Amino acid sequence: MPPVSVDGFPETFRREGRIVVVGASLAGLRAAETLRAEGFRGTLTMIGDEPHEPYDRPPLSKQVLLGLVPPDHTALPRRRAIDARWRLGTAATGLDAAAKEVRLADGDTVPYDRLLIATGVRSRPWPHELESDLDGVFVLRTRDHAARLHRRLSAGPRRVLVIGAGFTGSEIASACRGRGLPVTVAERGPAPLVGALGGVIGEVAAELQRAHGVDLRCGVQVTGLEGDSGGRVRRAHFSDGSAVDADVVVVCLGATRNTEWLAGSGLGAGPRGIACDAGCRAFDVRGIVTDDVFVAGDVARSPHPLFGYQFLSLEHWGNAVAQAETAAHNMISASVDRRPHLWMPSFWSAQFGVNIKSVGVPPMADQLLVTQGSLTEHRFTAVYGHQGRVIAATTFDQGKWLEFYERQIERAAPFPPEFPTVDRRPEGRHPIAAGFPDPSLPTHGPTVTLSGHSPADRRLSFTPRRA
Amino acid sequence: MRLVVDLNRCQGYAQCAFLAPDVFALHGAEALMYDPQPADDRRPQVLRAAHACPVQAITVEGEDVGRASDGGGAGASRVG
Repeated sequence: MPPVSVDGFPETFRREGRIVVVGASLAGLRAAETLRAEGFRGTLTMIGDEPHEPYDRPPLSKQVLLGLVPPDHTALPRRRAIDARWRLGTAATGLDAAAKEVRLADGDTVPYDRLLIATGVRSRPWPHELESDLDGVFVLRTRDHAARLHRRLSAGPRRVLVIGAGFTGSEIASACRGRGLPVTVAERGPAPLVGALGGVIGEVAAELQRAHGVDLRCGVQVTGLEGDSGGRVRRAHFSDGSAVDADVVVVCLGATRNTEWLAGSGLGAGPRGIACDAGCRAFDVRGIVTDDVFVAGDVARSPHPLFGYQFLSLEHWGNAVAQAETAAHNMISASVDRRPHLWMPSFWSAQFGVNIKSVGVPPMADQLLVTQGSLTEHRFTAVYGHQGRVIAATTFDQGKWLEFYERQIERAAPFPPEFPTVDRRPEGRHPIAAGFPDPSLPTHGPTVTLSGHSPADRRLSFTPRRA
Repeated sequence: MRLVVDLNRCQGYAQCAFLAPDVFALHGAEALMYDPQPADDRRPQVLRAAHACPVQAITVEGEDVGRASDGGGAGASRVG
C-alpha cells in the first residue's frame, strides 16, 4: 500500500497521470526525459509552436552563421526515449487553470493533471513595423531565422548592420567578420555587453570588436531604417545624425518572454516571466503558489537564496536544463521528496576568438577586481563584489578558474578576495567600479534580470524607447 | 548522429579536438565549436572524444557517456 499524503497519490499519478509540457525546446525536452527517467508512465504531451523537434540554439549564432554547420543540424540528442504525443507547429493560445486545459491555436484543448510551462522567450522585434517588414531585416532566435540570415550572408551583402551589442548581436558581428563581411554594430549603451558584464568588461569587448574590424558605434540609437523602391533595406539612420548603408540589418534588442498566451489564466505571468517558487511551482496573481502548474527555463522567474531571495530571470542554457530537471522531479514527487532549484547562474559566449564565461550575477555588483591576467591582453579573470562579498566572476579565455569562484560565491566569501592569486598584475591590486548602467534603463544584453521580491509584481516592464 | 556539449562545463582541455578534429575544434585559445550532427561514420572518434573529456561535457545520443546529462546541479536525479 503506497503512503497516502496530502499531495494526493503519487504512485497512481506516476502510473496514470496526464502531464502536458508547453514548449518543445531545451527545457521541455530535458523535463520530458527526466519525467520518464524517474518513472512517470502516464500520458505525456509535448506542445511546441515551431514545427521542429527540440533543437539547440547556441550554435545558431556561431557555427551556423559561420557556415560550418547547416541550420537544421542542431537537433538535440535524446538522452532516452520519452514516448510522448507531439503537437509541434501548434502554439498554445490559452490556459484554463480551473478546467485544467491548454487551448491550442488549432482549436483543440489538451487536458492535464500537471502542466509544465517552458515557453521561453522570443526576439524583440524592431519596433517600427513597416521598417521591420523590409527585405533584409532579420532577428535571430529560431532555426528558421538562422537559415534565412545564413542564406543572406552567403549571398555576400555589402555591409551588415547589427542593432544591439548584447551577446547575440556581438556573436553575429563576430560571425560576419569571420566570413569577411563588413559590419557596423550600433549600441545604445556605452559599450558592448555592458548590461551583462558592466562597463569595465564592456570596454574590453569594444576593443575586441574594433580589433577585428567592426565599425562599432556606441551611445547611438538607430532612428530609422530606409528601404529602396523594391522594399529592400538599404540604409540606417542614427541619433547622432550619421547614417550607414547596409543591405542586411539584424535586430538584436534582447528577448520578450512568451507569456501572452497566459493572459486571463490567473497565473502570475507578465513581461518579466512567470513567477515560481524554488520548487518551480507557478504563483498565481494573488501570490499564492499553485501545485499543478510548474515553470522552467527562460520564461521562469524564481527566488534565489544566494542573491537575496530576489526573483531571477535567467536566459541561460544551463538554467533551462537544471530547472527542467528539478521541475520534472517535483511534478511527480510528494512534498517531502521535492528539491529546490538553486542553480548557480552560468553562461558562456564565443566571439572574436575569445571564450567568455561567467558565474553568479554580475549586474548585482558595484565593484570588480581583475584577480588574474590583464584586461589589455583580453585574457583575464574578473571578480565582482556586492556589499563586501563575492557575487560573480567573469573570464576571458580563463574558464578553468571559474569553478573556484563559484565556490566563493556559494560561501559568500569576502570581497575584495583576501587570498593571493597567480598572475596578479598591478591593475589587480585595487577594486574598481564595475560600471553597470542605471538598471532602470536596461540595455539589450542582461542575461540575468533581477526582478524584485514579490511573486505578484508584474509592474516592471521594459519597452524599447521609440525612436 | 547527434551530440551536444555543455559549454558551461567545458574548460577547453581540447582532448576532443585531438581525438575527433573534424567534429570538435577550438576557435582561439579555448572557445569550442563543434558539429552537433556529424556523419555516422564519425561515431568511433566522437565516442573516444566523449570518453576522454576530462570534465565529461559531451552528450552523445544513444550513449551513456558524459555527465552533461546531470545539468550540473545538486540533487538525486541522474539519468542513465
